[in-house]
Amino acid sequence: MQYSVINTGDSNAFEDDHALLSNASRSGEVVVILGTEAGKSLSELRDAAKKTAVLIELDGECLGVHTGESRGEEGGNVLGFSRFRLGAAEPTNLVELVRQPRTTDAAIAAAKAIFEGAGLQVAVCGDFAGRIIDRLVRPYYNAALTRLDEALASADDLDTTLKLGLGYPEGPIALLERTGLEYHCQVTQDLFEAYGEGAYAPARRARVAYMRAMAQRETGAAQLFPIPPSNGD
Amino acid sequence: MHNIKTVGVAGSGTMGAGIAIVAARAGFKTIVFDTQQAALDRARKQTEGFFAKSVERKKLTQPQVETMLANLTATTRIDDMAACDIVIEAVFENLKVKHDLLAQLNKACKPEALFASNTSTLSITEIAAGSGRDEKFVGMHFCLPAQLMKLIEMSPGLRTSDETFNAAWDFAKALGQIPVKTKDNPGFILNYFLVPFNNDAIRLVEAGVAAPADIDRAIKVGLGYPMGPLELLDLVGLDTHLLVAEALYSSTHEPRAAVPALVKRMIAAGQLGRKTGQGFYTYKTNAMFGG
Repeated sequence: MQYSVINTGDSNAFEDDHALLSNASRSGEVVVILGTEAGKSLSELRDAAKKTAVLIELDGECLGVHTGESRGEEGGNVLGFSRFRLGAAEPTNLVELVRQPRTTDAAIAAAKAIFEGAGLQVAVCGDFAGRIIDRLVRPYYNAALTRLDEALASADDLDTTLKLGLGYPEGPIALLERTGLEYHCQVTQDLFEAYGEGAYAPARRARVAYMRAMAQRETGAAQLFPIPPSNGD
Repeated sequence: MHNIKTVGVAGSGTMGAGIAIVAARAGFKTIVFDTQQAALDRARKQTEGFFAKSVERKKLTQPQVETMLANLTATTRIDDMAACDIVIEAVFENLKVKHDLLAQLNKACKPEALFASNTSTLSITEIAAGSGRDEKFVGMHFCLPAQLMKLIEMSPGLRTSDETFNAAWDFAKALGQIPVKTKDNPGFILNYFLVPFNNDAIRLVEAGVAAPADIDRAIKVGLGYPMGPLELLDLVGLDTHLLVAEALYSSTHEPRAAVPALVKRMIAAGQLGRKTGQGFYTYKTNAMFGG
């Protein structure tokens, strides 16, 4: 399937030599729009309605922010997508593909074919804050941090138990240290604002890390991890 | 240090049989107690089958297995547990059932014998309170299947002595297991984190956020987990999940531990998971739930 790519800049999800970019043509029946301005450029896209699919790279925001919503009957040929990554870690091979209630089957099939053709795996989800993974893991990470504060077990014992008991590749504490507690804080704060559920409220250790990172940013001191822009829906 | 040579296992269900294999394999004289001879016979058959596979896979030799099986005896007479230096109870997750058993064991066993509970959800302190020897009582939660999983969650109750905990810790290592220390907290570590996580995944299905296969794929590819939460629930069985989750919720009253309504509807419909051929997935056709 032929598709073209419009890069609006600042997408850190795909390297220049990634197959998604190298497989692209100058034109095609699908348009993939990358970068932080991807959603905004939708309105400038000519002939968008004639395409089988238009795929917009999302950050934390809902697709409906760019397409508009109407009575639960929104959707057509525009889909959102995000290549999943945890904070400062490398992007994974997972693409969360965001559909709306009336998104066409043809658009979904075209999107899957393009991403899978580029070596990625696709999970289709509705247009909700946190999509699948963030919505599931952020309460778990908050609970792990809170239980560490409450001395349920040492950080090493928490991690060892969840690795040996459930086969997880990494325990939650080591994972959050590796990918950035301050990044977790920001993501889960956005989800807390979106859903109003206490499980998403940033754990104390995450808030401390975030405040420390912000203070270091203000003083110009070295900062371990970049703080991505906030993107609540 | 407490000198443990003979291990008692009370209860010969799946967990009890697995723990007995671990103890016998590590060279301990092991006595399995159950009130039902049929349960003991079934466990013995499963144990012999497990060891036969171990020989087939060249993990053990036939002479080693013969020694291990010779270490392993079974009884329906609680007085036979008098020889044990430690008794691990692995019976139904019901406080009264455990208290009744422990009261009998307290009479039968020597005063210096340690008692341990394999509970995954009940409070060690509360179980110990009915044992008649709460200072010599400790939590030792083996993971399913015990004969394959190395982890043991070790929890002291409020009145567990340091000497008891240290002796049980050394015993866990002598079994060839990896002990981790956790507070006497509902669900300890594993179930405390796993049950709400699985409930959250069920709620995503309920809310129509994504289909089970997409949720599982996201978790496996995005996080590197070996199984998705809905595949795991189908494997465990939704009826079992309900029991564990209700026990956890009754202790914590945390909203994420509350069982989603979909679980009860699926159980009512006979959709328990793999064991009924239908859960979040249909195992004949591999079609997705609700698809």
